[in-house]
Amino acid sequence: MATPNTEIAAVSQTPASTQPDPSGDSPARYAWRRFAQNRAALVSCAILGFIIIACFLGPLVLPYGFEDTDWLAISLPPGFANMHWFGTDELGRDLLVRTLIGGRISLEVGLLGTALTVVIGVAWGTIAGYAGGKVDAVMMRIVDMMYAIPYMLIAILMMTLFGRAFYLVVLTISLFSWIDMARVVRGQTLTLKKREFIDAARATGVPAGIIIWRHIVPNLLGVVIIYATVTVPGIILTESVLSFLGLGVQEPMTSWGVLIADGTSKMEVRPWLLAFPGVFLVATLYCTNYIGDALRDAFDPKVQ
Amino acid sequence: MSVAHHSNATPLIEVDHLAVSFTTPNGGVVEAVRDVSFKLHKGKTLGIVGESGSGKSQTALSIMGLLPPNGFVNGSARYDGRDLLGMPAAELNRIRGDRVAMIFQDPMTALNPFLTIERQMTEVLQLHRKMSRKQAFERAVQMCEAVRIADARRRIKMYPHEFSGGMLQRVMIAMALLCEPDVLIADEPTTALDVTVQAQIIELLRDLQRDLGTAIILITHDMGVVASLCDDVMVMYGGRTMEYGSAQQIFEQPTHPYTIGLLDALPHLDDDCDTPLRAIAGNPPSGGAAVPGCAFAPRCTQAQAHCGEVRPELLAFNRADETLRLRACHVPIIELQSATRVGSAV
Repeated sequence: MATPNTEIAAVSQTPASTQPDPSGDSPARYAWRRFAQNRAALVSCAILGFIIIACFLGPLVLPYGFEDTDWLAISLPPGFANMHWFGTDELGRDLLVRTLIGGRISLEVGLLGTALTVVIGVAWGTIAGYAGGKVDAVMMRIVDMMYAIPYMLIAILMMTLFGRAFYLVVLTISLFSWIDMARVVRGQTLTLKKREFIDAARATGVPAGIIIWRHIVPNLLGVVIIYATVTVPGIILTESVLSFLGLGVQEPMTSWGVLIADGTSKMEVRPWLLAFPGVFLVATLYCTNYIGDALRDAFDPKVQ
Repeated sequence: MSVAHHSNATPLIEVDHLAVSFTTPNGGVVEAVRDVSFKLHKGKTLGIVGESGSGKSQTALSIMGLLPPNGFVNGSARYDGRDLLGMPAAELNRIRGDRVAMIFQDPMTALNPFLTIERQMTEVLQLHRKMSRKQAFERAVQMCEAVRIADARRRIKMYPHEFSGGMLQRVMIAMALLCEPDVLIADEPTTALDVTVQAQIIELLRDLQRDLGTAIILITHDMGVVASLCDDVMVMYGGRTMEYGSAQQIFEQPTHPYTIGLLDALPHLDDDCDTPLRAIAGNPPSGGAAVPGCAFAPRCTQAQAHCGEVRPELLAFNRADETLRLRACHVPIIELQSATRVGSAV
């Protein structure tokens, strides 16, 4: 349409030719490529994947059940000769199978709980922060009230009212862990919404809901991912506290938290009872942290 | 005051007695814009000129419904007969971005760093034109080519930080023009850019206006930009209109001491290198308490005794031709012209 301006064309072509060629790349594939460049994250993915597969398939192929007691194999130390690779506890139960079964619970609680925390926390925080004014005040006072309620009381109430169920444990934990996330997210949203590109989006007639979803949430990614990776271990540990008090999973069912609490009391005589579940938990936490770091970098277009 | 315009057609934008004020946390009120009126016709460019804090940006933001929660607006701003102020958000969202678009001052911060240029452009089209992503993409590429971004099809998939400032401002202009709006509000579109790029952007705006017939409200403090782009000029100071007229009249025969000061502050090519720059002494008002008289009086070289007490009305006066001329000053034009170096500016 407009007369081609050779001078301008020349100016703009110079930087274009020196740019890396991202043509044909969707942002997701772009992000994946950068993620794949992070060696630590790939190793973490492999380890975490291995742990998850082991937890869900391992118990199926192992010759022991997690509740089977063997009076001939009480408190065996780990060894290949006795066929109890991780040793056994004082009831003669195989620790390997118990660690894997416990891992199912801990991973499910940790990941589901975190997912729920992220969804509720981000939704609550962005809406409160973006709406501002009275909506913000009411929503954040509700958050303040949640802080005042002792979560143990609610946990006990829920368990006694609705019975002891796995999903209730997840729900109860998320019910309280989202409030921190909501606060962090709201704070970030408050600074984000003053940025000019939000005004620009409003000026192009983008409705509030889409502004939150498409313009604010992606910019929160870094904070949310970092915060979520801290939430995973927090939730796994909270579950073990609940279990320890008899509100979470019950014997003979187990979780890493329970196994670790159990192992800690016997670490002087049977250290393997603490070591193996501990190694699994720590490995999982390290892996989620590395993966979280890499995800944040991969989705931030400014980090190359 | 009445703004009786020379044209009979319904103006695209008609702002009437617009006033914008802000409440401060300690209970005070800051009046940013007081009693501003203007009309904008199809294909025309209105320049709003003034120093920082003269209320020009707030005028634009209030039209676009972008005032912060502590901002309050009075009067009316009609687009095509419909009042934009106090319009429900959903209705306003159908107009802004589609019929009335805005370009922001700093393109580096006005684009979402987490989305590709393409995504930000197609969003507008999907929203207003209900296009498919593919159609929208083609249209976005076409628009980027129109603002002379070389290799648009490839570059559009990049993120904002991969562009230079001048290129981003082109992207902003392309984005604003995607739906071929009737009105484009440009809030200091060249301020964040260096001088050579400024010239390119101005030329681009002029070409696009010629091709698309878009009316432009150009907010700037750069008289040079005004001279090269505007049909009409409104000079603002302290939230009020000081002078209004065609660009040619304003430059050739400014009738307000403030306008004269602004024009005089431009460096001249024929000056000696050691000629000091002529600034207007003093600082613009902070906008707090309302002054009884003319807001410019404390800095005005021509101020008379009653200037600080009695506010001059913004009155129409006509020179030789029939176009609208307004000025708010107590000092008669004849006196002004003999007292200042009128005509030497530009």
